[in-house]
Amino acid sequence: MSNLTYTRSDFQSDQEVRWCPGCGDYTVLASVQSFMTQMGVPRENIVVVSGIGCAARFPYYMNTYGFHTIHGRAPTIATGLATSRPDLSVWVVTGDGDALSIGGNHLIHALRRNVNIKILLFNNQIYGLTKGQYSPTSEVGKRTKSTPFGSIDFPFNPVSLAIGSEASFVARTLDMDRNHTQYVLGEAVNHTGSAFIEIYQNCNVFNDKAFIALTGRTERTSNRINLEEGKPVVFGGSGESCVVMEDGEARIKPTSSVDPDQILVHDPSRENPSVAFSISRLSHTPHGPTPLGVFRNISRPTYGSEMQQQIVDAQNRGPADLDALFGSAGTWEVT
Amino acid sequence: MTSPTAHAEADVSDPSPNGDITPLRQVTVRFAGDSGDGMQLAGNRFADTSAAFGNDLFTLPDFPAEIRAPAGTLPGVSSFQIQIADWDISTSGDRPDCMVAMNPAALKTNLMDLRQGGTLIVNSEAFDERGLAKAGYEDSPLMDGSLNQYDLIEIPMNTITKEAVADKVSGRSVLRSRNFVALGFLAWLFQRPLEPIVTWTENKFAKLPMVVAANLAALRAGYNFGITTETSRSIFQVKPASLPPGVYTSITGNTALAWGLIAASYCAKLPLYYGSYPITPASDILHELARHKRLGVRTFQAEDEIAAIGAVIGASFGGSLAVTGSSGPGISLKSEAISLALTAELPLVVVNVQRAGPSTGMPTKPEQTDLLFSLFGRHGESPLPVLACATPSDVVETTIEAARIALKYMTPVILLSDNHIANGSEPWRVPAAADLPDISVPFASAPNGAGGRFLPYLRDFNTFSRPWAIPGTKGLEHRIGGLEKENISGDISYNPDNHQLMTDSRAWKVANIANDIPAVEVHGELDANLLVLGWGSSKGTMGAACRNLNREGYKIAYAHLRYLNPLPANLGDVVHSYEKVLIPELNTGQLRYVIRANFLKDAYGLNKVTGTPFYIGEIRDRILEVLES
Repeated sequence: MSNLTYTRSDFQSDQEVRWCPGCGDYTVLASVQSFMTQMGVPRENIVVVSGIGCAARFPYYMNTYGFHTIHGRAPTIATGLATSRPDLSVWVVTGDGDALSIGGNHLIHALRRNVNIKILLFNNQIYGLTKGQYSPTSEVGKRTKSTPFGSIDFPFNPVSLAIGSEASFVARTLDMDRNHTQYVLGEAVNHTGSAFIEIYQNCNVFNDKAFIALTGRTERTSNRINLEEGKPVVFGGSGESCVVMEDGEARIKPTSSVDPDQILVHDPSRENPSVAFSISRLSHTPHGPTPLGVFRNISRPTYGSEMQQQIVDAQNRGPADLDALFGSAGTWEVT
Repeated sequence: MTSPTAHAEADVSDPSPNGDITPLRQVTVRFAGDSGDGMQLAGNRFADTSAAFGNDLFTLPDFPAEIRAPAGTLPGVSSFQIQIADWDISTSGDRPDCMVAMNPAALKTNLMDLRQGGTLIVNSEAFDERGLAKAGYEDSPLMDGSLNQYDLIEIPMNTITKEAVADKVSGRSVLRSRNFVALGFLAWLFQRPLEPIVTWTENKFAKLPMVVAANLAALRAGYNFGITTETSRSIFQVKPASLPPGVYTSITGNTALAWGLIAASYCAKLPLYYGSYPITPASDILHELARHKRLGVRTFQAEDEIAAIGAVIGASFGGSLAVTGSSGPGISLKSEAISLALTAELPLVVVNVQRAGPSTGMPTKPEQTDLLFSLFGRHGESPLPVLACATPSDVVETTIEAARIALKYMTPVILLSDNHIANGSEPWRVPAAADLPDISVPFASAPNGAGGRFLPYLRDFNTFSRPWAIPGTKGLEHRIGGLEKENISGDISYNPDNHQLMTDSRAWKVANIANDIPAVEVHGELDANLLVLGWGSSKGTMGAACRNLNREGYKIAYAHLRYLNPLPANLGDVVHSYEKVLIPELNTGQLRYVIRANFLKDAYGLNKVTGTPFYIGEIRDRILEVLES
């Protein structure tokens, strides 16, 4: 594998990229393509599966195998592919409407089964392809074409949902930060099993600046909570804020007000998801301090490997053939 | 027991008593009792011993949708019907000649089917005040003379069972062996060998020796009750059938479908991937396949019907023989995904074990009401091949054929079965694996375009199918999807002429399969005025009715369709060569609609949706009516 020498252009298909100029999807596409040159997996063994939505065009722009499927169902197609072909690197590209609304059921089940797929959820908190309705991650009160008086839907927190769905790997990153995106992708690929990555992605046409708190020059320093394994969770320009566990929940405190031993040391490998979940509750919509990075990363057998193991175990118990099957319920002969 | 009615499945000569033994050419027996009475077990064992004896047979269980309705009540009644014969039969019989009723509720819900003069065997001790009240009887039918028209045999099964098992089991387990008393008595009455029942019981309950002992003691007690108390009674004998030589096994339609899929994967040299969500009456296919991991079968119980088909579309993309199975309501949910597989042009078999609908309908009852849904139940222009199984013994071959078409033509194929086929059983002549057809297709392995480019929609000149290039194949990286694809290149295209071309190409590909399937065969009197045309599970009953009438001198022809889309190439000529066409089907006229629409040929219908299969008599009466019209 190490002799694979790819450049980004090896992962670019001959199709014209047709997202709106300025869309965050371009940045994510570039990050993924660059990342895959270093991933160590032959291009022909990579499959990108998508559902419906702006992000779902992603496979057409990747010079790998790709399947643009139907709304919400990409995790199911990826599940069948990954469990029948454990040799492949299977990726799902989805959006907040695709994964959390019409496809919510498939997302949670793929995560709890720990199917070996990498799920990139492009969260722009809006329906883009259908031209601007609110999504399951839009904030309450959002005025859109379908909510002229403001949305009355309480939104999902995708990271909380994934952790609650027994996901073995949960992370969040940001379209604009290519280094951070590639770092999270690397962690996801090193993880065996399903990986859920929420990518905050700006829709400059229908929901511009939704993530300004994390991308704006002045705001981002005080709002980005970078989760790093083994390190105390402190943030702000000079580390003036920190996260502590108190009364069973994660809370933000001025660093100066707490004993340094009290500051939460991030450990995504905790078997119990409670702390990771608490961290995910620090922000429900990213308008203030918001954690980014790997929330949870635990080891659990994958569905595909368990499926394969049952077959291997059965076959190790002795040979079987079709003639034996046909005779298995008892036969009689007519002469 | 007097001779079976004229509507039975044969030209039966009146059996004359021969001393103590009455020879019969065929007989229909029904076991009816409470869901907890073990009637399915008793019926299946009666079937096994009859098969071992050499009879041809056909069985049909009928059970309530409720898992455990209150004991002794009408909704809790479960039954199992079997026809045995000394010749090649194709139905589970019309009206039973002999019936076992384990309690008043079973009697009340089944008696109307028993042939006049038929033999009625009851557990007399179940007809106590409590049992009668639960079934809504004011007076005991055993006492009030209402059963005088039947040959009634009262057996105190509770007492016999208790005495037989007294030293083996105790407490509430005692009466569990009652079904073996009934089974033993029937084994005596019909001169069935006990060995197959004994062997099965010893294997089934190998870990529970006391249960084996109790059941076998009850079996012998029932048999001996016949010998000792009914000495004056004539017993019945159905001689072995003269079936074509070969090795046979008894198989239900659902087991046959599972085995057919395993066989198809063997014939295609591809791993089998079956994705499904539990639904009556298709779940048994999943259960059976899940057992055969040793044969490399992957089964996936999905979170819902959509996920089930989604997973198998993914497996198909990856190069498996991919199959999903469900019943009508579940197929509805898969509809969008079927269209995806159709336009992505990936091979897939979609099994629909039809049940009575719409909506939840009557999940344990058969219907043939999803034909038009199979043909048309998708958005967009989306034709696909549709095949229907006819009988349990036909299922393996039809399943392999469905897979052959899916793989050769890179298309989803709908394979229809129904509750009658799924749970019915009959002897199936077992083929040798080496004699099965090779249905394998090659994967694409090299670029097919100029400059080393891979063109996923460059069609084969003969089949019009596109190449199947699976992930992992270097140099063939490509993208497919639900958006309209440009002919040859597969790139996204909104070009008007291209969409017309691709729509026409997909339709032509499927229509062309008519040249790759057998012509429809017409049986009976070919120069008749009337053609009886059927599909699916009505084959047995329809054929029996027609054969009987042919023997009686009526000129009728009959034909049965396995292929519902495309229809056999000669079908238009066939239907137009008869003045009258009669189509019996368990729906309100769906094949009739198809025949009219395709061939502008009017047809008579025989249609019912009662949740029961056709009786031979019903088809016979309608044929005579149409002949006279």
